[in-house]
Amino acid sequence: MHDIALEAIAGALERREFSSVEITSHLLERIERANGTLNAFITIDREGALRSAAAADAARAGGATGPLLGVPIAHKDLFCTAGLRTTCGSRMLGEFVPPYSATVVERMAAAGCVTLGKTNMDEFAMGSSNETSWFGPVRNPWDTARVPGGSSGGSAAAVAARLAPGATATDTGGSIRQPASLCGLTGLKATYGRVSRHGMIAFASSLDQAGPIARSAADCALMLQAIAGFDPRDSTSIEAPVPDYVSQLDRPLAGLRIGVPKEYFDPGLHPGTEAAVRQGLAELEAQGAKLVDVSLPHSPLSVPAYYVIAPAECSANLSRYDGVRYGYRCKDPVDLRDLYERSRSEGFGEEVKRRIIVGTYALSAGYYDAYYRKAQQIRRLIAEDFRQAFEVADVIAGPSAPATAFRFGEKSSDPITMYLEDIYTIAANLAGLPAMSMPGGLVDGLPVGIQLIGNHLQEGLLLNVAHRFQQATDWHRRSPGFTA
Amino acid sequence: MLSDWETVIGLEVHVQLATRSKIFSGAATRFGAEPNTQACAVDLAMPGTLPVLNREAVRMAVKFGLAIGAEIASVSVFDRKNYFYPDLPKGYQISQLDHPVVGCGSVTVELPDGSSKCIGVTRAHLEEDAGKSLHEDFHGLTGIDLNRAGTPLLEIVSEPEIRSAQEAVAYLRQIHSIIRYLGISDGNMAEGSMRCDVNLSLRRHGQSEFGTRCEIKNVNSFRFVEKAIECERERQADILEGGGKIKQETRLYDAERNETRSMRSKEVAHDYRYFPEPDLLPVHVSEEFIASVRAELPELPAQKVQRFRTQFGLGAYDAAQLAASRELADYFEETAGATGDAKTAANWVLSELLARLNRDGFDVSASPVPAASLGALIARIHDNTISGKIAKTVFEAMWAGEGEPDAIIDARGLRQVADSGAIAQLVDAALAANAGQVEQYRATPADKRQRMFGFFVGQVMKASQGKANPQQVNDLLRERLDGE
Amino acid sequence: MTISEQELARVAELARIRLDPDTVTDVTRRIGNILGMIDRMQAVDTSAVSPMAHPLDTVQRLRPDEVTETDRREDFLAIAPVSEAGLYLVPRVIE
Repeated sequence: MHDIALEAIAGALERREFSSVEITSHLLERIERANGTLNAFITIDREGALRSAAAADAARAGGATGPLLGVPIAHKDLFCTAGLRTTCGSRMLGEFVPPYSATVVERMAAAGCVTLGKTNMDEFAMGSSNETSWFGPVRNPWDTARVPGGSSGGSAAAVAARLAPGATATDTGGSIRQPASLCGLTGLKATYGRVSRHGMIAFASSLDQAGPIARSAADCALMLQAIAGFDPRDSTSIEAPVPDYVSQLDRPLAGLRIGVPKEYFDPGLHPGTEAAVRQGLAELEAQGAKLVDVSLPHSPLSVPAYYVIAPAECSANLSRYDGVRYGYRCKDPVDLRDLYERSRSEGFGEEVKRRIIVGTYALSAGYYDAYYRKAQQIRRLIAEDFRQAFEVADVIAGPSAPATAFRFGEKSSDPITMYLEDIYTIAANLAGLPAMSMPGGLVDGLPVGIQLIGNHLQEGLLLNVAHRFQQATDWHRRSPGFTA
Repeated sequence: MLSDWETVIGLEVHVQLATRSKIFSGAATRFGAEPNTQACAVDLAMPGTLPVLNREAVRMAVKFGLAIGAEIASVSVFDRKNYFYPDLPKGYQISQLDHPVVGCGSVTVELPDGSSKCIGVTRAHLEEDAGKSLHEDFHGLTGIDLNRAGTPLLEIVSEPEIRSAQEAVAYLRQIHSIIRYLGISDGNMAEGSMRCDVNLSLRRHGQSEFGTRCEIKNVNSFRFVEKAIECERERQADILEGGGKIKQETRLYDAERNETRSMRSKEVAHDYRYFPEPDLLPVHVSEEFIASVRAELPELPAQKVQRFRTQFGLGAYDAAQLAASRELADYFEETAGATGDAKTAANWVLSELLARLNRDGFDVSASPVPAASLGALIARIHDNTISGKIAKTVFEAMWAGEGEPDAIIDARGLRQVADSGAIAQLVDAALAANAGQVEQYRATPADKRQRMFGFFVGQVMKASQGKANPQQVNDLLRERLDGE
Repeated sequence: MTISEQELARVAELARIRLDPDTVTDVTRRIGNILGMIDRMQAVDTSAVSPMAHPLDTVQRLRPDEVTETDRREDFLAIAPVSEAGLYLVPRVIE
């Protein structure tokens, strides 16, 4: 039952092949068995899940329908869930039970989804390997000695191990695409503003965006359909109507111009990964798409610009964690200063503190122009590169990550090596563009992801390209064969 | 000597805008609610919550800008001002640094010596208020009430063009008057709806560069502003006279001891690390928006002063006093309209009425004597029913609630004797009873008779119990005593 | 660009992060490396480029002035570490 794809579940429920309670119980048991090994979930909501599954079954019995009604999913643990602990992978919020839900959570619930639990993640979404979580690292179901990627590593591992057919995730610099790539999944980061950030715990406000991780483009289309759309509670939410993503999936690719940026095939790219990506591009070409050379000359600067902007924004976003109104508070503070410094120093992990310090430094008197202002100027150059590229291409394609999943500890000792994991994904965040990763092959038994970047609000086109690709390939159906 | 020094003052006035809800959330702004009952998730900086800008706050800021002839920015930007304080839940205040909504404008103040002065306003920007720390002892801890957090503030910054306490108070009164006219704030200083920071420095007369300034925070009444300025300039003059240097710092005014004292110096030097607020987009104020606000502008204090001067021939200072509040100006105009004699109406409003309002602590809107009744009273002076002196007696009775002027005049028999026969009788009787003085009068040279003439007037008025028409008495006495 | 331990201490203080004295040298080196990587930006002339603060080229939407929130004080205080009499408590604030 756990092998059924997300898009097929509603049909099976409709045909009474199994009930929502049955598949939910099955997955809960699987999660409970697997979590000791994978550590993909921080919180498992058995009771809540069974309750909403029963409600979904009752609704379906009463004539209600819907492609997600009764479908179990998992939420990344930075989406606030009313009454259900939301930790953001941090000791700081280790016991935090929000009195409200994120818009994404509300919309998934309104579509009838059942929440199995909250998935593990890098602390405050800062990381590319899921090694910075206060709740311990997540293991990659393809090889448990390796990382699942990050920061949405728990969501990716859960879906790859068939613990959940789909999960929500967020992407500030690659946190959907890179773990999707490392776990052999399909994941989409929407256009900045397409999915509401309300109730999504902020890392870097001008970069954060939500999206689904699932097995296929068709699965992702259903989930995005549910969560996309205007929300008056988010000032940066886009007011444009949401197209029907599912109905666009099958459009033929003939004549589609796929831009291939030469900068994405640099010496940092693993040869095996490059070969897989090039083969994937050839498949798209075979379906009638045209490959065109494009250049994104400023993309090598996306990493330095990102590591100013994201830490700067996070340094302010994380100031609210002060031990006063919620969250971790140190024991017996002697004065206000002590309360702040100890609560924050004990509540945050090393990588989070490092980024807060870098961001504080970049914004401090005398450095603002050289760092923050400079980074925002580079950001414009990067956005401008894309604007020009989209004059000759409809979609841009390249690798999602430089290589396949790496071993624990391999990169965590050197922050900069870790930061380069996101070298191909960061630019889309800086420019606010929709981007996704789809499985494009295996190298030494580990998945490789192909990244697709679209122009603003072109999620439908990205899903269409990925779906057509998945009609002709079976990489997305490969399972790590993880035994729970 | 203190007089060797020129005082240079700039004022920062914080005005709470009278919106129903907060600037970035839908929580109520009502004053005096139970602690933390008007602090919603956004105000508490709960994780994942986002600000959405209140249209009315922008409208009110634009209204103020138009009222002081300021430039309205077509694009203004919100920034984060970072600092840690328990009454600041996010650890940053959303404010405006480089692109305030209101640019350069000016305010003209009328001074008691009849002169007027134009004081420049550098800018006015929107920001959010902080909460309150309550220092009552909770087992040695401080309590935090966040009801006020997020209340919209307009910070109005003057040029350093104010040269005395008197000018400072006149400027503040003018700002107070403008915001009340516009209905954008109740301006209640006791409740903190209008707060003032004073920047003050001294320099020798004729010197062009400014001296080192001190900032006196949160001076919360017009009288305290005056006193704080007086004692701070004395303090600075003493230091400078003694060859010392002024230390740039923030000071507090202690009203009980009538002195300013240094705030315990902050442990860390301030570095606010301003940067553009990524959760809010640039605010565009269109020409149409400005036009619609302009159309709502009432006649403003300065315009009213001008009109009172030309239409009613009032002096600048009197006109300014009358125009200080919209209610007082309306009262005056109604009184003037009822009598047709604006000058007398102005005198009555500014002396008798204001004195009693102040004495009894009434607002003009709650005056026991309505404008129409005061007008009727003044009309009785004009038609010689009563003298000006008797009118004051009648007014006192009206104040005490004895009714309309005519009723009081009749009930108390205060009607002026204007019957020339009756007055002639009184005059003749008085002359007969004082024959000796009449002899003496006639023997006195004409240019020395005036004092003695007054004696006869007094006698007649006394005999009439003050009710004789003084002009008729005068005329008749002249005829009898100086008679040709 | 590198950062000195003193500078790091000043920044950490601004950020209310207490550094463990045993790791200060190591943290300083790592952050210095990050700043060195960031400095690659300086190679590009951006003097004619306006900074981009938002990926969206749109304007702020304005909300109607309506009270939409109700009093949820008890829900919020329930998750506060220390509260009393409807107030959040902190060590004494001295001005």
